[in-house]
Amino acid sequence: MTTTAVHGVDAGPSGALAGAGMRVAGHDVDTTHGPILYLEGISVSFDGFKALNDLSLTIDDGELRCIIGPNGAGKTTMMDVITGKTRPDAGSAFFGQAIDLTQLTEAQIAHAGIGRKFQKPTVFEQHTVFENLELAMKADKRVRVAARARLSGAELARIGETLELIQLRDEVHRPAGLLSHGQKQWLEIGMLLMQEPRLLLLDEPVAGMTDEETMRTAELCQSLAGRHSVVVVEHDMDFIARIARTVTVLHEGSVLAEGSMDAVQADPRVIEVYLGR
Amino acid sequence: MNPMPPPQLRTPLAAPPHPVLTRGGWATVTFVAYLLFVLVPALNLLVPEGHAFHLSDYFVTLAAKIMCYAIVALAMDLIWGYTGILSLGHGLFFALGGYMMGMYLMRSIGTEGVYHSQLPDFMVFLDWKAYPWYWSFTDHFAYALLLVVAVPGLLALVFGYFAFRSRIKGVYFSIITQALSYAFMLLFFRNDTGFGGNNGFTDFKRILGYPIATPTTRMALFVATGALLLAAFLLGRAIVTSRLGRVLTAIRDAESRVMFCGYNPLHYKLFIWTLSAVLCGIAGALYVPQVGIINPGEMSPANSIEIAIWTAVGGRGTLVGPILGAFIVNGAKSWFTVAFPEFWLFFLGLLFILVTLFLPQGVIGLLRRGGWRRP
Repeated sequence: MTTTAVHGVDAGPSGALAGAGMRVAGHDVDTTHGPILYLEGISVSFDGFKALNDLSLTIDDGELRCIIGPNGAGKTTMMDVITGKTRPDAGSAFFGQAIDLTQLTEAQIAHAGIGRKFQKPTVFEQHTVFENLELAMKADKRVRVAARARLSGAELARIGETLELIQLRDEVHRPAGLLSHGQKQWLEIGMLLMQEPRLLLLDEPVAGMTDEETMRTAELCQSLAGRHSVVVVEHDMDFIARIARTVTVLHEGSVLAEGSMDAVQADPRVIEVYLGR
Repeated sequence: MNPMPPPQLRTPLAAPPHPVLTRGGWATVTFVAYLLFVLVPALNLLVPEGHAFHLSDYFVTLAAKIMCYAIVALAMDLIWGYTGILSLGHGLFFALGGYMMGMYLMRSIGTEGVYHSQLPDFMVFLDWKAYPWYWSFTDHFAYALLLVVAVPGLLALVFGYFAFRSRIKGVYFSIITQALSYAFMLLFFRNDTGFGGNNGFTDFKRILGYPIATPTTRMALFVATGALLLAAFLLGRAIVTSRLGRVLTAIRDAESRVMFCGYNPLHYKLFIWTLSAVLCGIAGALYVPQVGIINPGEMSPANSIEIAIWTAVGGRGTLVGPILGAFIVNGAKSWFTVAFPEFWLFFLGLLFILVTLFLPQGVIGLLRRGGWRRP
């Protein structure tokens, strides 16, 4: 994909970025040792059901990682742990070398540079596409700043670039609730990009999309890797095969196999999990 | 692969304008200001009684009273219509503001009470010898004004902090606010609380040294209420047209996405919740000198529910709507409670059901459908 950089890590208007009480500002993530995300021995149980069981996983900076697994394997719970929605019973989760995700709130984690797309597209339906991107944009997000915020020219340009990338330029002033399902998915990805995250978590980004939309989303994901680290959770194997470099298979809350798509598909344990039941 | 569309000739991307008011809106506000600050005072004070254009004192007081309600409905709309948090305790903040002003008005009676004591009659009746500590300095008007803002504001801030931090939402929040209001009502019913028990405060004589019931004092209070209503409306517009307002609406529609965008909803909710409570407190403070009484009945659950009904009838999420709603429902009430007093509550309940079923956007929604555009 030959698009111009939407916003390199160093691009975009900076300024006071730390939010209210946020101890971590974006781009302070220390990835000198390579990985951007460490999950170590994470366990989560709900009423005795072990959703995650001693899960350990490492994502490298700039990597595009696909995560697959049957229903109930713990894929969404893992995302919940990374984004602070669920606290693990045991184990540690670090963003870069120094940011302990288990100690931060959802908003602080978002500020630290992790963006998340939900399984069900979640956009602000009453707001226009433009306003959705504006609200998601990386900025000082304290109340008193929001009360008098004005868009700068650079911010407007960034919204414009993102609109081109997610191909919603012509829908810019439509309420997001009127978009098609695929367009909502893209808008949500666009909102993530406006946050300039270091790590993007995409939970089923092509669910409910047409083949053509799926293909374009695959291109989008590939173009994002490198500038961002991207973790994709999907069921659609064609989509995975199209974009995958490294695939991790989750099963019953822990990692079953990891490797290239071909290696994983040939793994007898993976075949058993997917076909054996 | 060609994901980028070719550069097309189209209008450059521009930020959507979010004016506080359109030109038509400003014209309407100016007209209403003329009505409130020139026409009504002139027709009431300058046109002699008996003249066809004379506005009666009854009308002036009724309109001022409803304007107080309109401020409350507007405050309710900021928290409910825009942020999606239904409070059933706004009557409490209104009453607390009223009580704070009431303390000042009670002190202003001086020794003209029934017992000719420095203390209010109810304290003499309880055989108290001195004012309790929390009545200190309430004889100063400026301090009373401070309390009017601070007491509802602080209560809302503390209550809201714990409720929102615990992520209490929806119907649970509504029930807790209702319970809070009810608990305060029971507290204020007690004589020992020092706020006059179930009689509350009444028999006010003067405010700022002026006799309280003369036409000029009434008109001054009317004008003050009108000014505050306009100010609250403009403040509300400024908020809902700012990015802050868009975050509030986003919290209403998809709170988790707001969090994952890096906003802390707690701060936003606390801000608008506390502001809403303070507006109610100020409205209550203007209400009490005009109706001449405040008692714990103002804290009853039914009152808070009525506030929600005004807002729903007028139209949530519009700011103009709740003001209209307050006038429509209370206008109907003052006629109905004279004509068919025993049926008023049935009518009110029916109105609420009909509006919820057929007019989810209230009267404003009806007007818009009829081709009327927002100014």
